[in-house]
Amino acid sequence: MNVTLPSAVSSGGIGARVRRKEDLRFLAGRGRYTDDLVRPGQLHGWVLRSPHAHASIDAINDAAARAMPGVRAVYTARDIEAAGLGGVPCGWQVTGKGGKVMAEPPHPVLASGKVRHVGDPVAFIVAETRAQARDAAEAVEVSYGVLPALPDIGSAIAPGAVALHDGAPDNLCFDWEIGDQAATDAAFARAHKVVRFETTNNRLVPNAMEPRAAIGEFDPDSGEYTLTTTSQNPHVIRLLMGAFVLKLSEHKLRVVAPDVGGGFGSKIYHYAEEALVTWAAGQLRQPVRWTCERSESFVSDAHGRDHVTTAELALDADGRFLGLRVQTLANMGAYLSTFAPAVPTYLSATLLAGCYTTPAIHGQVKAVFTSTVPVDAYRGAGRPETTYLLERLVDVAAREMGMDRLEIRRRNFIQPSQFPYQTPVALQYDSGDYEATLRQALDAADYAGFEARRAEAKARGMLRGIGVSTYLEACGIAPSKLVGQLGARAGLYEVANIRVHPTGSVSVFTGTHSHGQGHETSFAQLVAEQLGVPIDMVEIVHGDTAKIPFGMGTYGSRSLAVGGAAMVKAMDKIIAKGRKIAAHLMEASVEDIEFADGRFRVAGTDRSKAFAEISMAAYVPHDYPIEELEPGLEETAFYDPKNFTYPGGCHICEVEIDPETGGVEVVKFTACDDVGRVINPMIVEGQIQGGVAQGIGQALIENTVYDSEGQLLSASFNDYAMPRAATVPEFTVLTSTTLCTHNPLGVKGCGEVGAIGSPPAVMNAVVDALRDYGVTHVEMPATPVKIWSIIQQGGAALPQAAE
Amino acid sequence: MYDFAYHKPSSVADAVKLMAADPEARPVSGGMTLLPALKHRLNKPTALIDLSGIAELRGVRREGDAIVIGGMTTHYEVATHPQILAAIPALARMAATIGDTQVRNRGTIGGSLANNDPAADYPAAALALRATILTDRRRIPADEFFLGMFTTALEADELVTGISFPIPEKAGYAKLRNPASRYSMTGVFVAKGPQGVGVGVNGAAPCAFRQNEMEAALSASWSADAVAAIKQPPDDLNSDIHGSAAYRANLVTVMAKRAVADAG
Ligand SMILES: Cc1cc2nc3c(=O)[nH]c(=O)nc-3n(C[C@H](O)[C@H](O)[C@H](O)COP(=O)(O)OP(=O)(O)OC[C@H]3O[C@@H](n4cnc5c(N)ncnc54)[C@H](O)[C@@H]3O)c2cc1C
Repeated sequence: MNVTLPSAVSSGGIGARVRRKEDLRFLAGRGRYTDDLVRPGQLHGWVLRSPHAHASIDAINDAAARAMPGVRAVYTARDIEAAGLGGVPCGWQVTGKGGKVMAEPPHPVLASGKVRHVGDPVAFIVAETRAQARDAAEAVEVSYGVLPALPDIGSAIAPGAVALHDGAPDNLCFDWEIGDQAATDAAFARAHKVVRFETTNNRLVPNAMEPRAAIGEFDPDSGEYTLTTTSQNPHVIRLLMGAFVLKLSEHKLRVVAPDVGGGFGSKIYHYAEEALVTWAAGQLRQPVRWTCERSESFVSDAHGRDHVTTAELALDADGRFLGLRVQTLANMGAYLSTFAPAVPTYLSATLLAGCYTTPAIHGQVKAVFTSTVPVDAYRGAGRPETTYLLERLVDVAAREMGMDRLEIRRRNFIQPSQFPYQTPVALQYDSGDYEATLRQALDAADYAGFEARRAEAKARGMLRGIGVSTYLEACGIAPSKLVGQLGARAGLYEVANIRVHPTGSVSVFTGTHSHGQGHETSFAQLVAEQLGVPIDMVEIVHGDTAKIPFGMGTYGSRSLAVGGAAMVKAMDKIIAKGRKIAAHLMEASVEDIEFADGRFRVAGTDRSKAFAEISMAAYVPHDYPIEELEPGLEETAFYDPKNFTYPGGCHICEVEIDPETGGVEVVKFTACDDVGRVINPMIVEGQIQGGVAQGIGQALIENTVYDSEGQLLSASFNDYAMPRAATVPEFTVLTSTTLCTHNPLGVKGCGEVGAIGSPPAVMNAVVDALRDYGVTHVEMPATPVKIWSIIQQGGAALPQAAE
Repeated sequence: MYDFAYHKPSSVADAVKLMAADPEARPVSGGMTLLPALKHRLNKPTALIDLSGIAELRGVRREGDAIVIGGMTTHYEVATHPQILAAIPALARMAATIGDTQVRNRGTIGGSLANNDPAADYPAAALALRATILTDRRRIPADEFFLGMFTTALEADELVTGISFPIPEKAGYAKLRNPASRYSMTGVFVAKGPQGVGVGVNGAAPCAFRQNEMEAALSASWSADAVAAIKQPPDDLNSDIHGSAAYRANLVTVMAKRAVADAG
């Protein structure tokens, strides 16, 4: 069914600003996070990590450690191999040019023979207390033979570079392409102008507020293992860890993800520590727990971004885009994390059309192994990289063409009449209206009044600039068949199990997971709306493989677009069954039963039954069509999306630069996003604000720095800058809606748009503020020292990095 | 953290006795610097001597032409104390910018001075105002107290008990925060008073220092313009992922101008 709007707004249905049900427990400190859970007889694990970026492990002597007080076990690669455990698997296999599948080197749970990044796990020590485990870790003697580090893409692809993995002698994971090279070359051949642009998308450390944690348990009587973990997708962890690492079948492995304090992608992946605690619990027959230290998380949680890209745009004399050529080097880090190969390829290069009608596009991606923490999806996953590239490129093109930055965009927008729109890079967009979001954002930002604000700032000695980004992204991942063809090793459908209780209250079991997004509220609104029950009669349950049918979890802004659609399907089944029960009770034909606002009515009469009367009849089937209909009112639905969803919009940023210090301040930020139908405007605004904050962080301050030895210099909050309240301005966050045409709710997804659309708006503003210095580009992050250096050099495009 | 013994003496004399008896013991005031170091196992003292039970280390009082602040006085107390607000408002404003609320409620002026972090705020004020650091056994002029990175004139068993700030005619402070740690990337404290003009710089070098050229210029003419053309040589300044030495040298001039403007 298609849900109609907005009948239930006032009662907490779709469109209402319902306060988040979960917030009271979070704000009052009553959230139950993995680290809060105490198990009887629990032991504590500590991971000994590599201090080197690249080294052979020549010997490990753990005799002294084993003899220390409280120590129950010291595990190294030898034990893992003896037990026959597998390595940490990758969930996506990319096939490159000429049908060559990617290099997929082993990713051992504990480093075997070699360490490949600072933080690579070498030994797992289990003791009665955490302090004892840590003491023992210091007593483990590891002899390393230090090898040359490959701290960045450049060093890894340099001729003669040492190989990190035997299976990838040139440190190349894959060399992949998309689009029509010949058509693109032809477009360039007849171009009026070719604009060239090079950029690095800076590497980010995710830093969710809650560090990762895991508890393994084993029940010797049932043989069942339980892993409680900080995960965005417990079923995926059960699949990856159970099938590939521990070789346990599903019915003996339960994975629970309780309250999780932020993920942003970093908690999608299966990490070695999850396997270690689970396996060790079985070995020791006692629960084993591990909680990451903050500084440990900097070198063990998958990082994000880190692409080096060259792009060329061919334009005709009117500024129309004729062709686009893009070459990207993507840093995979030391090992392939769960989704890593998909990020620069299917989540990034497929977006190279953006919201523009560029007819010919060719993209190439080389993925490279380096001696750094693995890199994987981080809020936006590939889409921020492409959006940043395109929206900076378009500004550079406007400048080189002597065109207005809005005009060049408008001239190339895909028009509403062109949907469905097939891009030259695989995707087919279903809906959007880029002019509408642009116009609304321009008005709200008072774009027309900007020059007066610039002049006023100048009088104060400040350089003010404005930047626009008009973007589109693809989320709501993803059609299983399509992603299967592209190399995914799993389906990307979602599940909902809806259990209507006898009195008409409802439990919803969803395969998605909420780690801050407010699903307990917005999903309840959706269910309340469709079933016509009060919102406080609806409970959303997630995060436990023992309770929930197989679902794929939360990432890629998929929870509502895919998980919500599964709920709609399951509720359709509930309502269909309810109509049959109602028809029986009211002695009418099923065709005559209508369901609306929580009542089953006989059409054209005043006879009706409340939803709760029907659910009661289903569970107390005294007067019931028992011959044809099973008792009970519980339905499960799996939903496999027909397409990606395509949110888009316009972000406008205004910055002021202090020329004396180089400090950049975001003074005004306006976003108008089309995220499809909005279930809870307050939650959507919060998601967008959070995403924009992260985008501003990437643009201005977040700086992941490895030195030439592969040591992470920005390895704590002392040196890695995160956005703070003072970093972000008052936002104006608006939505403008075109409905998704292929899912029942018309929703598109709002979790990542903020982080996708904002960085180029910020950087376009920074470049605009520096226009009097002849600056054409500034690399992210626009730190004070970088901006000051540019100004000192009178605007030389490539500033000297500090040091 | 490694194991350590814990003592909570109630007098300075007892604290010093404990220190003298155990060279590996460390005093702890607010613990805002020491405890993270212990948690990271960067430090392994045999004992912590908690100074929070010593009444004589607390309090702010006026002594003649100076404000005397006890070592255990928190940054929050310095930021809000009426006598400091009246006599040296720039010092109170400085304290209000240290760290965050939690840090200001626990961190102390004594701990900060003894620690002498190159990026800490107070040392610049102590130098510019010609303060005297008070210890259990002597009075040390600020100029002789801050010796180098995390190094002071304190003896191993010597405790900071307080600091005496001569009251200036006017004083001002300006800094640029490090975007990550929010400590001072470079800050300049300027003061003018009976002791002369003082210009103290933090964040820029391994140790806070006085900028003599600026002091001379401001003595001749107290105005932002007077320092605007003075360039700090970058030679011995800090260089890291947040800022080059040349950048910090520039900030010395910029912050000096702003500090003079702040002083009025
Ligand atoms: C998040 C964060 C942000 C911060 N930001 C800033 C900032 O912006 N600016 C700034 O200036 N500081 C900042 N600090 C540091 C803070 O001000 C500390 O409080 C201060 O540096 C040390 O004071 P404390 O009382 O906590 O000392 P402690 O941590 O207790 O001690 C510090 C050191 O001094 C020794 N010590 C303590 N008291 C005495 C004494 N009376 N005599 C002799 N030795 C003693 C200790 O043994 C130890 O070696 C920050 C700290 C944190 C955690």
